[in-house]
Amino acid sequence: MIFIKNLTKVYHSDSGDVKALDGVNLHIKKGEIFGVIGLSGAGKSTLLRCINMLERPTSGSVEIDGVEMTSLSPNELKEMRKKIGMIFQHFNLLNSRNVRSNVAFPLEIAGVDKKTINKKVEKLLELVGLSDKANSFPSQLSGGQKQRVGIARALANDPKVLLCDEATSALDPQTTLSILNLLKDINKKLGITIVLITHEMNVIKQICHSVAVIEQSRVVEQGSLLEIFSNPKTETAKNFLKSVTLSELPEELKERIRNLDHSHLEGRIVKIGFFGEVTAEPVISTIVKKFDVDANILYGNIDHIQDTPYGMLVVELRGKNGGAVSAIEYLKALGLKVEVLENV
Amino acid sequence: MSETISLLLLSSWQTIYMVLISVFIATAFGIPLGILLLITDKGHILQNGPLNKVLGTIVNIFRSVPFIILLIALIPFTRFLVGTSIGTTAAIVPLSIAAIPFMGRLTETSLREVGRGIIEAAQAMGASPFQIITKVLVPEALPSIVSGITITTINLVGYSTMAGVIGGGGLGDLAVRYGYQRFMPDIMLYTVIILVVMVQLTQMLGDFAVRQFSRNR
Repeated sequence: MIFIKNLTKVYHSDSGDVKALDGVNLHIKKGEIFGVIGLSGAGKSTLLRCINMLERPTSGSVEIDGVEMTSLSPNELKEMRKKIGMIFQHFNLLNSRNVRSNVAFPLEIAGVDKKTINKKVEKLLELVGLSDKANSFPSQLSGGQKQRVGIARALANDPKVLLCDEATSALDPQTTLSILNLLKDINKKLGITIVLITHEMNVIKQICHSVAVIEQSRVVEQGSLLEIFSNPKTETAKNFLKSVTLSELPEELKERIRNLDHSHLEGRIVKIGFFGEVTAEPVISTIVKKFDVDANILYGNIDHIQDTPYGMLVVELRGKNGGAVSAIEYLKALGLKVEVLENV
Repeated sequence: MSETISLLLLSSWQTIYMVLISVFIATAFGIPLGILLLITDKGHILQNGPLNKVLGTIVNIFRSVPFIILLIALIPFTRFLVGTSIGTTAAIVPLSIAAIPFMGRLTETSLREVGRGIIEAAQAMGASPFQIITKVLVPEALPSIVSGITITTINLVGYSTMAGVIGGGGLGDLAVRYGYQRFMPDIMLYTVIILVVMVQLTQMLGDFAVRQFSRNR
């Protein structure tokens, strides 16, 4: 659907050149929700704007549905943009127009006749749940409602792609969730490809199918959501994951582990990470029976990424005759991520 | 007494006539000028450095010439344009020429307040520069533009008092010729009162229009 190849963007300024994007390659599949995560200044906003040519790439190519964006004439680009919706962090609604007329705006630009516009606008407002606000003005709406108007407006010309520029960053957590659910809904109902950029791992976790991590103008890691979550390769990805996985142990527990006598072979404190279906197995009760160890759960959390359960447990294992060590080997053999905690 | 009244009426009419037509011309040319100043600016929708520089310089030159000098300096141009260089109609030429750059700058400032994000959103929808001007920039900045027209009008009331220099008449001329030169302080007083009332009314009308345009915002 969208192929980005070797994309580079350099900003020239008096104080020298700044590389905002440096040889970025991405493949975004049709119908997926693709998330780009990065800290501010990493280049994600530039990347998004290079997709619809709001920013002209310095070099490289952007291909959407077989159309090379960088070589379009101004008129061709205008036509193409009508098929690429975009929503913004600060909504960017027209203050002089009411909700109905804001949603009608892209249709007016496209030269659609009045009757069709009216019908279309009603449908769109219904889709985003704002039919009762049709005559309100943006200043009378909450942030979440404004973003719903933004979404309805972006969908007006039946786009194939929806670009989301930090669309939930100005919203509170609850509103964020409702907007994300709406986007998910739209993705399912209309089969529209969504590209979103964010600095919040939570957004990625809620709705994205695939993720790219961007750092200092380069994509440092990309893959499916499950790949990134279960096996992050870069420090940046790991740091982003920390914010949603609670992998940091509480100070009290760390203290206890530090004071433990590790020369004593009979006891071990282990961190067991699990991801996906393995969780269905009753592993703890199995090792208790099989290796005759006592298992004491000290800490843990379990969550879902979309439909996949994941989490971690910190367990103290005590057993005679090396039972704890054998138990650990067994857990590893099951494909769980097991880590013996000594120095934390 | 009746002579005084008819003098005041005539002069008031001359002032109103000069100001209204000049405001009309200044708006008709000043708003497009303001739009041009903005969109040709660096990083804007129709960036054009040379044109922006030329326009900016012309605007600055006209804005730095004191009106009383402009009034005289433009005499040949006025004669060329309206066939005469004296009289009320002739005064409209320098008044308009002085007000166009002023209106242009005010409009430019008003339009600049429209958020870049909104323009970007319109571009992302495939809007042409013309559509961005007519459907985004001007409607969004309308209350501010209207307030600019009010300011220009009040400025022109002030400028029009100098029109007597080229025989344009008006309230200022009346105040100078009768109030000052013929020692008739009552006429001086009346003209001042009428001018104050005119400015007040203009401001009230302008504020009302701004309120109308910014309902619900």
